[in-house]
Amino acid sequence: MTTPIETDVVIIGAGPVGLFAVFELGLYDLKCHLIDILDRPGGQCAELYPEKPIYDIPAWPEISGQALTDRLMEQIAPFSPQFHFNRMVAGFRKLDNGRFEVETDEGELFHAHAVVIAAGGGSFQPKRPPVPGIEAYEGSSVFYSVRRMEEFRDKDLLIVGGGDSALDWTLNLQPVAKSVTLVHRRPDFRAAPDSVNKMFAMREEGKINFEVGQVTGLKGANGQLEAATIKGPDGEVEIACNRMLPFFGLTMKLGPIADWGLNLNENLITVDTEKFETSIPGVFAIGDINWYPGKLKLILSGFHEAALMTQAVKRIAHPDQKLVFQYTTSSTSLQKKLGVQ
Amino acid sequence: MTKITLVAFDGTRFDVDAENGSTVMENAVRNSVPGIEAECGGACACATCHVHVDEQWAETVGAPEPMEEDMLDFAFDVRPTSRLSCQIKVRDDLEGLVVHVPERQA
Repeated sequence: MTTPIETDVVIIGAGPVGLFAVFELGLYDLKCHLIDILDRPGGQCAELYPEKPIYDIPAWPEISGQALTDRLMEQIAPFSPQFHFNRMVAGFRKLDNGRFEVETDEGELFHAHAVVIAAGGGSFQPKRPPVPGIEAYEGSSVFYSVRRMEEFRDKDLLIVGGGDSALDWTLNLQPVAKSVTLVHRRPDFRAAPDSVNKMFAMREEGKINFEVGQVTGLKGANGQLEAATIKGPDGEVEIACNRMLPFFGLTMKLGPIADWGLNLNENLITVDTEKFETSIPGVFAIGDINWYPGKLKLILSGFHEAALMTQAVKRIAHPDQKLVFQYTTSSTSLQKKLGVQ
Repeated sequence: MTKITLVAFDGTRFDVDAENGSTVMENAVRNSVPGIEAECGGACACATCHVHVDEQWAETVGAPEPMEEDMLDFAFDVRPTSRLSCQIKVRDDLEGLVVHVPERQA
């Protein structure tokens, strides 16, 4: 039996809005644990546009997604948020004592007064390549990540893609697999030039195959892959393989949160505009994931929502305490929490 | 204003008066052309506004920049005339441009 982590608030999503929620909650002495599917903070800012400038953050005429993330991390550091990366929230239930239990796909349990969903566009998940019938092979012959290299020992492996994941696994699995064929739609790669050079060198030595083209069909039975059809510039070829690793980037999906019984509006979570509370009292949704009349998917709107949500969470966590509104500029107690006093 | 035409996968034609400097994606979204998702909002950070430029227009429109070419790796049914519509800026010499929306975005 896993020992649950006891905390005040579980925040799902470590994008800019989830991070800023730590700050607002922290001012009211509420401790946070954050869960995110990515391996680092920043959400879309880190994953989709780390280098791209954002122009509508108040007081920042121009700031990149990564710089915004870095600044927020600096701002919330005094509150020691605990991060749980590479995790997806799997289970959720209300406990008899009024608190909530949240479970990750790795089996960790969290108990908290409130749950704040700040999941943006949803959790990043591997994109399924547009190959008809691929679903039938997923989990048995087709994998979107490598959990154990042994899974590929002595297999005829087809790796599809042109980024670092595809190239790295081509290089790393070559000694393990019986054969490796890399398929990419063009001879240029997004991956690090060093890996690309190594791949071409291995190909020269006859250790791997490389085909230019797109996978258009799969052959096999009962989830056991036997061959893939590759459409290239010179027509179609069939390649025998019994394992496939497609690396087609990430897409965002609401995921298991959709099954919590929350009221949804076209895959967005309906909230009120006073507390940003969902249809389950004690569960809040802020940032791009929520919907209310007039909603704008702006980072600054998410920041505002985080501040108002905090007032409601404070009342849930400490119903006996009087809520005193204070400014960070003048309150010595807030400044103490921020470590500037 | 420049007249451009977006052809949905079912063949429906959307004739649009597009402002010069705007992107083909923005015009598609403004006119609710089905099949253009534009998940990232035009940051060249996804591949969900993919279009096939009409053969006759491919040369005038031009080839994608390397970053766009990278993103096209994630698109469905990529052809030599494939572009991300958020990266095509409307200009005078695109008067009459025709682009086709693929069967689906990846």
